[in-house]
Amino acid sequence: MKLISRFPGLCLILCLGALVANAQLKLPAGFKAVTVLSDFGSVRHIAVAPNGVVFIHLGRLKDGKGIYRLQDTNGDGKPDKITGFGNFPGTGMAIRDGYLYASSDEEVFRYKLDADANVVSPDRPEKIVTGLLARGEHQPKAITLDYSGNLYVNIGAYSNACQLQDRTKGSPGQMPCPILDSAGGIWQFKDDVPNQTYGDDHRYATGLRNVVGLDWNKQTNSLFVMQHGRDQLSYLYPQYWNDKQSAELPAECMYELHKGSNCGYPYIFYDQFQHKQVLGPEYGGDGKKEAAEHYQDPILAFPGHLAPDGLLFYTGDQFPARYKNGAFIAFHGSWNRAPEPQQGFYVVFVPFENGKPTGKWEVFADNFAGGPDKMSPSKAEHRPCGLAQGPDGSIYVTDDNRNGGVWKISYHK
Amino acid sequence: MKYFVLSVALAFVFMSETSKPVAPTQSSIRASITRGKQVYLQQCLACHQVDASGVPNMNPPLIKTKQVLGDRTALIKIVLNGLRGVDIDGDSYNGVMAPHPDLTDREIADVLTYVRNSFGNKASAVTAAQVKAVRAANKPAN
Repeated sequence: MKLISRFPGLCLILCLGALVANAQLKLPAGFKAVTVLSDFGSVRHIAVAPNGVVFIHLGRLKDGKGIYRLQDTNGDGKPDKITGFGNFPGTGMAIRDGYLYASSDEEVFRYKLDADANVVSPDRPEKIVTGLLARGEHQPKAITLDYSGNLYVNIGAYSNACQLQDRTKGSPGQMPCPILDSAGGIWQFKDDVPNQTYGDDHRYATGLRNVVGLDWNKQTNSLFVMQHGRDQLSYLYPQYWNDKQSAELPAECMYELHKGSNCGYPYIFYDQFQHKQVLGPEYGGDGKKEAAEHYQDPILAFPGHLAPDGLLFYTGDQFPARYKNGAFIAFHGSWNRAPEPQQGFYVVFVPFENGKPTGKWEVFADNFAGGPDKMSPSKAEHRPCGLAQGPDGSIYVTDDNRNGGVWKISYHK
Repeated sequence: MKYFVLSVALAFVFMSETSKPVAPTQSSIRASITRGKQVYLQQCLACHQVDASGVPNMNPPLIKTKQVLGDRTALIKIVLNGLRGVDIDGDSYNGVMAPHPDLTDREIADVLTYVRNSFGNKASAVTAAQVKAVRAANKPAN
């Protein structure tokens, strides 16, 4: 009797558990998200071939493989042919002109694809870039390509703010910052020349702490990146910032880059409330002082620490017209807002015209975390990371939690 | 050689015995935990989070890990010397932890006692005398 009377309660708990474990994404009216892949692995960046075959790169190996090819052969929207290759985990994944590009934390490889997006020699990729620094902090090498034969690679600074002793109270900033000769920027390589590495003229842009989301904008024919701003202002400098201010500062910035761009890391950061570049506290700043040198200004400034891990300029025709040429940004979700509540865990949209934002940013896909009580890096059910556009104009979003997967978001009138 | 190793081992056992001449009482442990919480809020929370659950791939959790519950000397050294990269149960964490030699023996003992007895953890207290001994034998970080 006792057992029976408990049973409905138990069922309720189990059923609720099942619902909670499959957090539904919240989307604007008319949009629908379909789970392409779930409970698969830590899916970082993603690329879609012209025929709709999807490639994903995993942050940790699954069954010894780091890259997976997903093909939906029967058209039900779910991949039924899943094949793994590549023995290296990593972040970067991009397709250009019949090649799949993939990065480990030190190298970039490419794989020839045939007309059906089969990988011609899955065990023998060409090594395009080699010998890049990977020192733990900010080591993933996000990549993108232009349409003129160039590959762009982020090499993140292996530091928070280039202090002599990283993240340590009272440790001064190094002047000049020695990290910048080989990290803290975007490097440009030929997309078809093997074994390139550091050297003359490969550094494309500097003064960028760490970039994970980046995309080539076809309208402006230029590179756009999202920087992960510095951490720990109130922890390191409580005399200048309290925890509330430190949760919002500095802005997570979008930059449009050109050869020679310098965005000022680690000497300055962008304060979105004062609308100006302020001198970093490691270099004598107090939250108000400006630097003697003016660096490139951001195109957009978002709240602090949201961790932009994916950037996609939408070029499709499926979504309503206002989305065309606009930017989708996947914010992985913050950790450096504590003790303030964490934020992010969503994909935002910013309308653009001719490479300039024409409106405020808005949350496009929400509830990756699975509820307000799960807005923290360890509790979030999902953490959005990579973005890609399919040939039908749908977009794909990845989740790099340990048991992450892929969603496809489409618009239905 | 054998005797040398043995005598060093004995010396360690002896040191660890002498470093806790009086066992901490329940009320002194409670007081240490209370003080330790304040140190945690100031020094640890920003990275290890309010609930000590950490940040995947970056800052390790402080919940029932062998580093937190295990050898106190090793744990004290992490606070004194900082840490860069650690594997816990097959997961790697790449965050950088600053060294904290500026904290007093008492503060380090308090915060470790707090962490070892919070967030679901249950382990013995760390005393200021233990921290003092480890600090004295500790090589400078650089």
